[in-house]
Amino acid sequence: MDLKLTVNGEAWDLDVEPADVLLDVLRERIGIKSPKIGCERGDCGSCTVLLDGKSVRSCLVLAVEVDGHEITTVEGVGYEGLSHLQALFLENNAFQCGFCAPGIVLSATELLENNPNPTRHDVQEALAGNLCRCTGYEPIIDAVLAGGEEAGR
Amino acid sequence: MTTTYPFESDKSGDDFTTVGTSATRIDGLDKISGAAQFVDDIDFGPGLLHAVIVESPHAYARIVSIDTTAAENAPGVVRVVTGEDFPFKFGMYMEDRYIFAQDHVRFVGEQVVGVIARSHRQAIQAAKLVEVEYEILEPLFDPKKAIEDDATLIHPELDDYTHVPWFFPKENTNIAHWRKIRKGDTEKAFAEADYVLEDTYKVPRYAHCAIEPHVTVSRLDQAGRLTVWTASQSPYTQRNLFAEALAPLGLSHKDVRVITPYVGGGFGGKAGVSMEILGAAMATVVKGRPVKVRWTREQEFYNTYQRQGVVADLKVGVMQDGTITAVEHKLCWDAGAYVEYGANVVNAAGLSATGPYRVPNITNDSLCIYTNLPPGGPYRGFGYSEFHFGLESHMDRIADAIGMDRVEFRRKNAIVEGDELAYGAHMNPSGLIEAIDKTAAAIDWGVDEESDDPNTVIGKGMSLFWKAPAMPPNASSASFLKFNEDGSMNITVSGMELGQGYLTVMAQIAGEILTVPVNKIRVETPDTDRNPYEWQTVASHVTWSCGLAVEKAAIEARAKIFEVIHQVYGYEDDSLYLEDEKVKCTTDPAFEKSLSEFVVDGIQTEEGTWRGGPIVASGKFMPEFTNALSDPETGQGGHPNVHYTVGATGVIVEIDKQTGKVNVRKAALAVDAGRALNPDLVRGQITGGLVQGLATVLYEDMRFDENGKLLNPTFTDYKIPTAFDIPDEIVPIIVEVPQPDGPFGARGVGEHTMIGAAPAIANAVYDALGVRIKSMPLTQEKIAMAVIEESKT
Repeated sequence: MDLKLTVNGEAWDLDVEPADVLLDVLRERIGIKSPKIGCERGDCGSCTVLLDGKSVRSCLVLAVEVDGHEITTVEGVGYEGLSHLQALFLENNAFQCGFCAPGIVLSATELLENNPNPTRHDVQEALAGNLCRCTGYEPIIDAVLAGGEEAGR
Repeated sequence: MTTTYPFESDKSGDDFTTVGTSATRIDGLDKISGAAQFVDDIDFGPGLLHAVIVESPHAYARIVSIDTTAAENAPGVVRVVTGEDFPFKFGMYMEDRYIFAQDHVRFVGEQVVGVIARSHRQAIQAAKLVEVEYEILEPLFDPKKAIEDDATLIHPELDDYTHVPWFFPKENTNIAHWRKIRKGDTEKAFAEADYVLEDTYKVPRYAHCAIEPHVTVSRLDQAGRLTVWTASQSPYTQRNLFAEALAPLGLSHKDVRVITPYVGGGFGGKAGVSMEILGAAMATVVKGRPVKVRWTREQEFYNTYQRQGVVADLKVGVMQDGTITAVEHKLCWDAGAYVEYGANVVNAAGLSATGPYRVPNITNDSLCIYTNLPPGGPYRGFGYSEFHFGLESHMDRIADAIGMDRVEFRRKNAIVEGDELAYGAHMNPSGLIEAIDKTAAAIDWGVDEESDDPNTVIGKGMSLFWKAPAMPPNASSASFLKFNEDGSMNITVSGMELGQGYLTVMAQIAGEILTVPVNKIRVETPDTDRNPYEWQTVASHVTWSCGLAVEKAAIEARAKIFEVIHQVYGYEDDSLYLEDEKVKCTTDPAFEKSLSEFVVDGIQTEEGTWRGGPIVASGKFMPEFTNALSDPETGQGGHPNVHYTVGATGVIVEIDKQTGKVNVRKAALAVDAGRALNPDLVRGQITGGLVQGLATVLYEDMRFDENGKLLNPTFTDYKIPTAFDIPDEIVPIIVEVPQPDGPFGARGVGEHTMIGAAPAIANAVYDALGVRIKSMPLTQEKIAMAVIEESKT
């Protein structure tokens, strides 16, 4: 099946199988490796990407569903240099192993787009679909809160 | 009496420029930008093959026949392999495991057949066509039943298995190892004690749940070279086990290369060799083709290692003044179908099952018992998380019984430097008392708090912890260091960056000695062809052990730098020192020479010739003062542990009386890091470990059915914490009483932060509700039911 999509601003035209999921197409056909394979059932959030600006689990999205749509991965977020939020993650020692980091950066980026001054509860809610086993979330939440407009974004 | 250490690190100054600072982690940019490459992210081209494993549906069975014909003829299939192709055993501490099942399967999920195909999808389809006939045998799941006299033997050949000299298997039983400690006269002490408390505590199995699943890609090339890319904490141990297990195929250590890029979390689950050997073996039958094996999340739960369950029978005697006089601790471990790694968890727990207390009379029995559940193995805490639950619950109960404050009771008995340990060696310097006091202060210990909500009650709980690295006495670390033309450095080591920040800390150690800033130092993840030896990244020992190897390499490099300056300018070595990446001289304040001017190209003399050349150095460390040999019946005579890291955990909880829901309002944890080489990274370990520990007591719960099948091998059903499930406030407390032989006084803290959470919660639940729950986890349901039961009495 024919699939036309835009990934981080670059247009792609691919021939895919009906059963192919977006995650595999990004990783194996387009060579974008930041969305990770963690559970393949939407539980862990490691495969999170932005679909027209909205976070989705790319392991649960059929590739053909995104025909004509725009995908953003963390490579797209930080292409012009680290975003303010990425820099805050670095400053706050927000990640350890880093496997969940691409997904969390995207979920948090989406949050701040829609809600420039989130509360701690808002941040917890926005990140509740992204599992992290290393950090205990505390430094991640701190970094996102520091990215709020009133915190000097 | 204290231990004499062969090497004393510089721990004198407070004027360090790099060590002790929260330098930004050197792997941070890779990880935050998406650039970090994990094994599954590496491209292997169109020749890559994918393997899927056919697993046993039975907990204990004899394999009657295997028919792979249909699978072999399925589209895309390249090879199908079984145990007949690899009749080899392997194992870390005891060789009791098989690459593929031989004549028996011993747990649900054991690997029976491997199907190698051109695509992952084709391998999955073909695996469904494999037919295996089994004769089902009676499985054993309860460790106490497995040691009854008439129990079926899970490993009838146990007595023939090769194992390390400090294991004591019992022939014709399911006991793979029995660690005994006998010190003093426990019987007499109990008879003379004013108060004795005896009870049983139960801790179930747990899963590591690193977010990156196990994955390995292996290729045996046409020249006979086996390369394995693997998500591992222990590349050299893996190389050793691959080379040993596959030696019959003509491989030697030099032919095996293990490459480990970033690892997406380990927690012990990637410490040894579990599924990785499947890939290494299968690569040998498809020469030239890389073969990928990637575990699904389900396999991640049931076929790597699980944290072992334990039934702990504990008896403690005290005098009325609160002095502990005797501890008798019997730990019956549900070690699973294979104990090649897990038996050492049992050993470590047995050596230290008194907890961080001064106890004159000790009887410890730690039994490694085969069951027909998945193989047990290392998990952050390495046995200590498990036995501390009962031990620290018990300490609260004893304090209450003799009318002593729970914290004061612990303080009175807390082990201090020089106290004799269970096996006769002596305790290292520690800040345990300081940790107790600071933790108690952080949760306002002694101040009763009332909830504003009539439906909830507030309770406080404290627990202490200790842990020593469990490692062979000859476990070693090594490092190579080289300077570049611009004065920057590359360091190679073979510890793993698991997220703890190890690479950064190694850079800080070398940077401190050579006055080179961390951002000019690159430390690379392991490739066994290029990087020097490291035993494993486990036991919370790499900061200490590999840190010493890096420190020695840096000192050697410094000596070589001074030697060049001496040759050219004649200054005596002992008048030279480094500052801001320059060599300076105490006897000639006008002299300075930047490292970047000569560390590769050398220095030209007045005659026009050159001196020096590339500065390269190496360092190694082995804990030569340790010794694992001791009397099998008493455990006396050896020096099995290098040192202990200690600390305390305190929590304030608010519990809904009706629903049993626990909200952790505050959690404080103090750990004695010796010296925090990077305080932010230490705090990262405290926060992460604390939440992982809280998860084992509040949320996680591994459930097996009556046939030994794991019922909840997904994140939907095995609930690990989300961003919502954390304490309202976490207070990380760093204590620094230097370790005499640690790099700048440092000792490890990685695992320790997980140990105290479970008993602290159990004690807080009792404090709030007056119910004592003696089995983990303390789920909402269990607490609510206990409250109902209590109200009936």
